[in-house]
Amino acid sequence: MSFINYSSREINCKIVYYGPGLCGKTTNLQFIYSKTNPDLKGKMISLATETERTLFFDFLPLALGQIRGFKTRFHLYTVPGQVFYDASRKLILKGVDGVVFVADSQIERMEANLESLDNLKVNLREQGYELEKIPFVIQYNKRDLPNSAPLEELRRQLNTLNVPDFEACATTGQGIFETLKAVAKSVLSDLKRLSR
Amino acid sequence: MMDTQLVMYEEDYKKILAVIQRLVRDANAKGVFVVDKNGQLVAEAGEVRGIDTTSLASLTAGSIAATGGLAKIIGEEDFPVHFHQGARDNLHITLVAKRIILVVVFDDRSSLGLVRLRVKKAGGELAKIFEELSKKAEREAASGAPSPFAEITDDDIDNLFSD
Repeated sequence: MSFINYSSREINCKIVYYGPGLCGKTTNLQFIYSKTNPDLKGKMISLATETERTLFFDFLPLALGQIRGFKTRFHLYTVPGQVFYDASRKLILKGVDGVVFVADSQIERMEANLESLDNLKVNLREQGYELEKIPFVIQYNKRDLPNSAPLEELRRQLNTLNVPDFEACATTGQGIFETLKAVAKSVLSDLKRLSR
Repeated sequence: MMDTQLVMYEEDYKKILAVIQRLVRDANAKGVFVVDKNGQLVAEAGEVRGIDTTSLASLTAGSIAATGGLAKIIGEEDFPVHFHQGARDNLHITLVAKRIILVVVFDDRSSLGLVRLRVKKAGGELAKIFEELSKKAEREAASGAPSPFAEITDDDIDNLFSD
């Protein structure tokens, strides 16, 4: 849950990038890190294996400017996508304010996308959240690959909640900031709604 | 069970700061940090220059979460106290009131025994402050008092992303 600090006049929110193994969650954060003004970002932490697969999480703190005199700070986390790291994924979802689901557009990864999305719902429910009720956006990554599934097909299978969705290519950066902005907006709108 | 949102006002911050500043002195510590279980830094005291406090907060929360998971696997509810010994500096990490993490950095000017003793007292005081803090948040929520965030407009949010 967000942390509102009246003393330092800051709002801190936690955003989690979820998705199947090798879908590009870490690459999303790496791109954001590489393109953000050094004054606005902290150090990016990657707890990864020797072969650069995410072992526990990646972490990137970002400042997005002021809103009503409060500095907005977003903490971006990724989960390890591989199926057997489920215990770690559950831990990272604790206290989440918004979720980005990064789907792998390749036709042969459709099953993995569906399994991961299902896993997200189950793990959120265990923490007392409903995917339908929290800020949530979808990113269809790897649109540049020749074997990517048609957008309509991905939408039909993955975006049943009709949430904001974006086509992306995390290695070139296409759609990366659009995704981040959408989830950040949704988190702030949710904060506004909950304050009423 | 979902956590409630953490809201901290200036007077709460001052109380927390007073407790950890005293802990720095009493335990001969280099630095003390209070971290929310979700990885947000709440307060810091002592010699903290050169320490990446944001990373420290996030990794501490990750570590507490991971060892909490391990505890459950072997039938424990939690491992509330962690101690990491280094060549020069050591870390003493305590979970307070199941919600807040108290991190003490110390070197050979202090000792594990002294840190443990002082942390126990400070932890008790922090637990009381945070209990009061969550009661206050519940009261505010129940009273329907206006929050500054209720006034946020769509334009405010758009302006954040204008560049």
